[in-house]
Amino acid sequence: MDMFQIVLDELSARPVFWFLSIIMLVSGFMVVTLKNIFHSAIYLILCLFSVAGIFILLEAEFLAAAQVLIYVGAVAILMIFAIMLSTNVSGKKTMTTQNGLPVAIISAVFALGTIALVIMTKLNIVMRGSDGFISKGLWIGEKGQLPTENIMLIGKYLMTEYMLPFEVISVLLLASMIGAIALARNERS
Amino acid sequence: MLEMILFASIKVVVVVAAVLTGCAYSTLLERKVVGHMQHRMGPNTAGPYGLLTPLADGLKLIFKEEIKPANIEPITYMLAPMISFVPAILTFAVIPFGKDNTFFGHDFTLVLSDLNVGVLFVFAVTSLGIYGIVLAGWSSGSKYSIMGAVRSSAQMISYEVGYGLSIVGVLIIANTLSLRELVELQMLPLWGTVSFLPNWFIFSQPLGFILFLTCAIAETNRAPFDMPEAESELVAGYHTEYSSMKFSMFFIAEYANMIAVSAVGATIFLGGWHGPFLDTMPMLSVLYFVLKVFCFMFFYIWLRATFPRFRYDQLMAFGWKVLFPLALLNTIVTAFFVIL
Repeated sequence: MDMFQIVLDELSARPVFWFLSIIMLVSGFMVVTLKNIFHSAIYLILCLFSVAGIFILLEAEFLAAAQVLIYVGAVAILMIFAIMLSTNVSGKKTMTTQNGLPVAIISAVFALGTIALVIMTKLNIVMRGSDGFISKGLWIGEKGQLPTENIMLIGKYLMTEYMLPFEVISVLLLASMIGAIALARNERS
Repeated sequence: MLEMILFASIKVVVVVAAVLTGCAYSTLLERKVVGHMQHRMGPNTAGPYGLLTPLADGLKLIFKEEIKPANIEPITYMLAPMISFVPAILTFAVIPFGKDNTFFGHDFTLVLSDLNVGVLFVFAVTSLGIYGIVLAGWSSGSKYSIMGAVRSSAQMISYEVGYGLSIVGVLIIANTLSLRELVELQMLPLWGTVSFLPNWFIFSQPLGFILFLTCAIAETNRAPFDMPEAESELVAGYHTEYSSMKFSMFFIAEYANMIAVSAVGATIFLGGWHGPFLDTMPMLSVLYFVLKVFCFMFFYIWLRATFPRFRYDQLMAFGWKVLFPLALLNTIVTAFFVIL
């Protein structure tokens, strides 16, 4: 672990950050522009992977592992599964369209704005410190250092301070799951 | 610094070489054991007791002609075998395979990287193995391949839930995600009181262990859960259109996955490298670890020789209606006892 840290901090943090960011942005762009939906899905996986890489760069190993486990290993694979099933049933290739562009732009701006707002106010992360790179500002732990006990802290805060948002998200997910099942059932009968 | 990099590289090379050799000889072990279980000899021509068979097989596969179907997606088709192979090897990055040791005056930790989220890393990497199969099935442009891929993605998604949940009980008891700390915990006497038995989690989590074993077999697509390549229904499933070395890479990946899952099982439930007489001879720990992995591998092969394949709907029903609720129950009961 120490060696890993040294190598990251002193030799390659910045190039690695740029490398991952470029992959992330390019693959994200490919996801929304490519015509073949299967290729889009593959680029989405690449994009999610580079996000996990950036989490590792920020010393948030738990988030990185969870990112790969949940998004790459489960969500994306479900998408691919759905794509394979639908092409199999309809017999022709599914293509993407860009019909909903205005709505997409509005929702993207809204989402980005929310994230930026949260970062600026709630978590007090200074994006560019005196060392020129992403400064290790306040996340949840002490100011000036990243918390080392990531998992413990996440667990603790999920069960205390952020209990309500956590439960709201759970209910939302449950509702969407029940909704999906209900839709699928109606279609069959 | 340079020394550390050198040591790390040596360890990586040794581990990868050991795993690849293990894969090659697992094929021989499988053919031998299944052979004896069916009152046959198994391969016995190449070398004494057929010991050179894996070498001969490997050479044969390398020199075979590679046949590429016309309507493939070339890049994905080429990448798929590698993508299925890499996650299998990656698992070994965090598995502790022996007690910390000193060689020639240097401290040597017998683990490649002691991540403090080791367990999560293992599960994250395991969940990637499916991509090789899906991409192979999709890029081959053949009905059998895509059927195999669809089946396998459904199966692996379903069983991954049980696979992950089956060890949550252990994690609740251990209160750590580091594989090294898990092994150290299992070196204590059982439940802190029974001195003649070690605190292996198989004793405190028997249900968890059975669930883990079942889901692990399904995750690695082995008999009786080998739906993706059910040869009587799908020719060969996802690797129908592959030949030569690309085909054998799928095979190596399958065996590497089996060894990886066995190593994880041995580490989490059977005490990892823990065993008697480690104080006087620390190198025995590697032997114990290999022995435990071997037991798992033998169990895999034994199952294959014993049970017929599940029907597909039975498989899915078993995963969701039996394993998943049992895993949840195990988690809840364990959490209840830990709070008490």
